Amino acid sequence: MTITETAPSASRTIKVDALARVEGEGALTVRVKNGVIQDVKFRIFEPPRFFEALLVGRPLTDAPDITSRICGICPVAYITGSSQAMEDALGVDVGDGIRRLRRMMYCGEWIESHVLHAYLLHAPDFYGLEDSIQLARQAPGVVERALRLKKLGNRILEVIGGRAVHPVNTRVGGFYKSPDRAAVRGLIEPLKQAVEDSLATVRLFAGLEFPHFEPDYTFVAMHHGTDYPIERGRIVSNRGLDIAIADFEQHFDEEHVAHSNALHGVMKDGSGPYMVGPLARYALNHAQLSPLAREAAAGAGLGPVVRNPYKSIIVRAVEVLYACEEALKLAEDYQELAVPAIDLPFRAGTGTGCTEAPRGICWHRYGVDGAGRITAARIIPPTSQNQKQIEADLRAVVQDNLHLPDDKLKWRCEQTIRNYDPCISCATHFLTLTVERD
Amino acid sequence: MAAVPTKPRRRPKLAVWKFSSCDGCQLSLLDCEDELLAVAEAVEIAYFLEATRAEIAGPYDISLVEGSIGTAHDAARIQQIRKQSKVLITIGACATAGGIQALRNFRDVDGFIRAVYARPDYIDTLATSTAIQDHVKVDFELRGCPISKEQLLEVLNAFLNHRRPVVPPMSQCIECKMHGTVCVMVARGTPCLGPVTQAGCGNLCPAHDRGCYGCFGPKETPNVAALTKQFAALGRTDGDIANALRSFNANAEPFRAEAQRRETPPHRVPS
Ligand code: SF4
Ligand code: SF4
Repeated sequence: MTITETAPSASRTIKVDALARVEGEGALTVRVKNGVIQDVKFRIFEPPRFFEALLVGRPLTDAPDITSRICGICPVAYITGSSQAMEDALGVDVGDGIRRLRRMMYCGEWIESHVLHAYLLHAPDFYGLEDSIQLARQAPGVVERALRLKKLGNRILEVIGGRAVHPVNTRVGGFYKSPDRAAVRGLIEPLKQAVEDSLATVRLFAGLEFPHFEPDYTFVAMHHGTDYPIERGRIVSNRGLDIAIADFEQHFDEEHVAHSNALHGVMKDGSGPYMVGPLARYALNHAQLSPLAREAAAGAGLGPVVRNPYKSIIVRAVEVLYACEEALKLAEDYQELAVPAIDLPFRAGTGTGCTEAPRGICWHRYGVDGAGRITAARIIPPTSQNQKQIEADLRAVVQDNLHLPDDKLKWRCEQTIRNYDPCISCATHFLTLTVERD
Repeated sequence: MAAVPTKPRRRPKLAVWKFSSCDGCQLSLLDCEDELLAVAEAVEIAYFLEATRAEIAGPYDISLVEGSIGTAHDAARIQQIRKQSKVLITIGACATAGGIQALRNFRDVDGFIRAVYARPDYIDTLATSTAIQDHVKVDFELRGCPISKEQLLEVLNAFLNHRRPVVPPMSQCIECKMHGTVCVMVARGTPCLGPVTQAGCGNLCPAHDRGCYGCFGPKETPNVAALTKQFAALGRTDGDIANALRSFNANAEPFRAEAQRRETPPHRVPS
């Protein structure tokens, strides 16, 4: 990690060679000359893994297991999105029981991923600490609470999915085995404790100090009339967009830029970058939050729209609270599924799927043939959609903070990137692919 | 009982390195919620980008390496890491067998890049994804996609105490028997890679009514051909069998060889 000061005050280069506390490998270069930013590059050099190409020719039933390996932090996002897309292609509806079980499992992923990011990766920035181990030395109770919450998120994944990282119990059409009712009921008491822990988390993060920064973002998220969006809904924006998930490609595209192995999401109307993730979800679905979550947000000083990206840490805490309450409700109502998965009538077609990964919408489209093989695949993960917005934020943050010494400015830039909880491993695996032949 | 005075000991330096991967195996370390703080006391976390921005220069007592080698730059980087590491342990199927991304080893990568990237000239990648062992000497390989966190703690513990880790090379089948899980292949005719896959996951898939798909990779001396004969008897085509072997450990030799044999029709064996 180097900072080069070529000619003080005239020309500065801020370089973060390897970005810490994010998932995957990224780097940042900002060039400033005579007080004016010349260039901002958020580079992702995680090597491409060619998932979309590798899927072509495989049985469609392989998609959940294989796509889950795109990301160890949010495998359920890939499992759920790819399963939905296949079910859409085959014209089957899994029904409410399976859908609710998926939602409960996804709550586990939200809790685990948000708590990991907010407490262990992001919070140290606000305290000026290098990591959560240093935080644990100063505030052991805080880190213990974080680990307790995160462990419960993982426990939900294990009870429903069979394993916390890359669950084994999930399949296109549902589950291999209906989770044991006693095991699901065993989550109820810990979830009640987790609601208390998440309320304390919201209060804790509300007390942090936040840099002043409130861009006028274009927010894009899913939206559903009754549920806070996790595994179903339409795609909406704060600028009037309201589309079915199948129409995503008519409005969004990806660009290939020289400095990154990840494609950059853009809106086809040319309106510039957009943001997906907690701030977008919250702004577009405030009314769908639970009363307790809305109350906690208000108590933390949040209005129905939050534009300060550093405050995403509070919004994540509010979403953890919501996910705990939602999982609790689903656990209390859970009945074992008489039929854990529905039969798959293979036929040729195209299907789309989209869910709210902790970092934002994760969109899938697959083509399948009558023999149940994948003929085409396209996956657009949240981090590539956010990349242009991350660069725009960095540009503004550097411009506003040129007075800071290099080490402080560098840290502020890193923190700005970490606001997005970028999953860099995810962002590189997505390539626009139609058909690939040996 | 009086405390035995111990000489203050330098804490061993631990580094965690990432190559091409999903981060799931590193995450397994952060997922050791009950043990994380104890681990952080037992070792000095000198380099672990996913967890800390602090970086302490090498040499390192233990390096954990996740991910496979997929670029020329990474092939050079692993050499440097080896030089700086007293003990080098690979974690997960990516690092021990090239991972799911090694599926490209069986295809034309240039074609991939041309087919999928608008600007192929921007892409720097090798045609293959290979295991760390294919590039440098590895002191211990921990299996799994992802690894089991219990096994990870056992391996760390063992190396910190200068003993061999207790990670048995037996098959998944033995785990089923130990757990009393009914054999999914015998009872229901579900194809299962358990007989040739190394134990360690805790008998997950058969306990969830599905066949093992081999995420822990081949066990010691597996008889893959005998097993796939059984798959064929259950009605699976050669193509299905090749697919089953070609997943998270596709480039592990026993799986690779049998998938290749199944894929090549006999009359096309080169003369
Ligand atoms: S082995 Fe599996 S879990 Fe581990 S990094 Fe590779 S893809 Fe992820
Ligand atoms: S049973 Fe096989 S595929 Fe399933 S988790 Fe264990 S090793 Fe992996």
